[in-house]
Amino acid sequence: MTTAIHTEDLHVYFEKNHALKGVNMDIEMNKITAIIGPSGCGKSTFIRCINRMNDLIPGCTVKGKVMVDGEDVNDDDVDVVDVRKRIGMVFQKPNPFPKSIYENVAYGPRLHGVAETIDGKVRRRKHTKKELDEIVEHSIRRAALWDEVKDRLDKSGTSLSGGQQQRLCIARTLAVGPEIILFDEPCSALDPIATAKIEDLLVDLKKDYTVVIVTHSMQQASRISDRTAFFYLGDLIEMGDTKQIFEKPSKELTEQYITGRMG
Amino acid sequence: MMLSRKATEVAVFSLFRGCAVLVVLALLVLVGYIATGGLERLSIEFLTDMPRRANTQGGIFPAIVGTFYLMLIVLSISVPIGVMSAIYLVEYQQNSLMGRVFRLAVYNLAGVPSIVYGLLGLGIFVAYLGLGFSLISAGLTLSIMTLPLMISSAREAIAAVPSTVREASYALGATKWQTIWHHVLPYALPGIFTGIILSVSRAAGETAPLMLTGVAMSLQRLPDSFFDSFMALPYHVFYMATQSSNLLATRPIQYATALVLLLLVLGMNLFAIVLRKRYRDKYRW
Repeated sequence: MTTAIHTEDLHVYFEKNHALKGVNMDIEMNKITAIIGPSGCGKSTFIRCINRMNDLIPGCTVKGKVMVDGEDVNDDDVDVVDVRKRIGMVFQKPNPFPKSIYENVAYGPRLHGVAETIDGKVRRRKHTKKELDEIVEHSIRRAALWDEVKDRLDKSGTSLSGGQQQRLCIARTLAVGPEIILFDEPCSALDPIATAKIEDLLVDLKKDYTVVIVTHSMQQASRISDRTAFFYLGDLIEMGDTKQIFEKPSKELTEQYITGRMG
Repeated sequence: MMLSRKATEVAVFSLFRGCAVLVVLALLVLVGYIATGGLERLSIEFLTDMPRRANTQGGIFPAIVGTFYLMLIVLSISVPIGVMSAIYLVEYQQNSLMGRVFRLAVYNLAGVPSIVYGLLGLGIFVAYLGLGFSLISAGLTLSIMTLPLMISSAREAIAAVPSTVREASYALGATKWQTIWHHVLPYALPGIFTGIILSVSRAAGETAPLMLTGVAMSLQRLPDSFFDSFMALPYHVFYMATQSSNLLATRPIQYATALVLLLLVLGMNLFAIVLRKRYRDKYRW
């Protein structure tokens, strides 16, 4: 096993509220790691540390280390744009841009351009139309959405159904070429059929990406994840193989939560 | 007396409809009244000629051009400053003390009477900065006057862009500026256009500040620079209604001028509405 993300004594404060209390966690590469726990336990706060989304919240302080590829993402010297390029994120509510399906997916690649090494110097240039078309098609195919939208790439992303919108958001994230993808309750706004499609997709994606998913649904965690972490009131209570967590949790709190006696 | 539930329903609905109809009626009466008074005087010559014989004959071309210039000055000063201030307020100072003080200042400025802005313009632009009794003094004064309106409408439009869209953009690796430029501003444009319509229309119709900063009663020529005095449609209406040497004979001129002003403003609004519609259709939620 290889570690993709390693956190060390990770603390988060919102003003005076201590939201995450010293989390040490190893997240494995090419696996699905589910984060479960009752509302307000710090699940979302935790994954938002990994791609530095907490930077955007005024009054939020993050302390501790988040190591990705041997580099502390949380370090002040680290370029946050680069972090978010390597670590994608899909949100709770599908949030496509009110632009065409094509533009939604092409936005990320357009933003970053192509880095080319010419005579030992890295240069950035724009994608050619053909390159961009390829990235868009490949990303939408990878998000299992191609057959549904290939004839209407110029239609607005917001005209799609909820489940399609969420897969469009996944395609948009894939187009940037991340190594890790964070999912913040990606199915909570979707119906069961759309949810099943996203779950199948996540299982398929772990071949190429490290997947971390925050979920409210314990069934979902047990269905798709390889590893599960249980958070309670800002503490990481227990983490282990999903089977073990759901069948033989070693902590009393975990058992109470997964059997529905708490939370 | 107790009305039955159904009767109450009908009564309340009729009341609401009555109010709405009243508003439309007021507009129709206004336009009709001005049109009947002024249409007979309206002609190509009226629009393109210089005024003659102390405004009792000839056209109102300098007044049309003057008002048009004022609108252009307001557009090029008030809009960019207003939009940039609004971005700063929403994206950088949303909940800070500084942001709250700024917002309070904007709301209060919006309530200051226009004659006070006129005095301010007279004091600062005409006298202190030495810009004189001129087009630029009046334009700057009107720009300052319309700024609060511009800022508050742009601020509302920008704040209405959902934060989830901003998050999506950041998560793809966009910087704050890229997020504002690629997403927030384009999606807020329809609302910003509304602000532009309101601001520029207000500037076009103001009379009081102009009287203190540079409007002329009658000119046989167009202003030849920013520092020249000028004629303006609303002031021309005022002048013809109160100062004319032969009130009865010049009444049609007064109506026709008001009609031109009305058409100018309506035409501009129409243009902005078309633009707004195009952007609404382009970015559909």
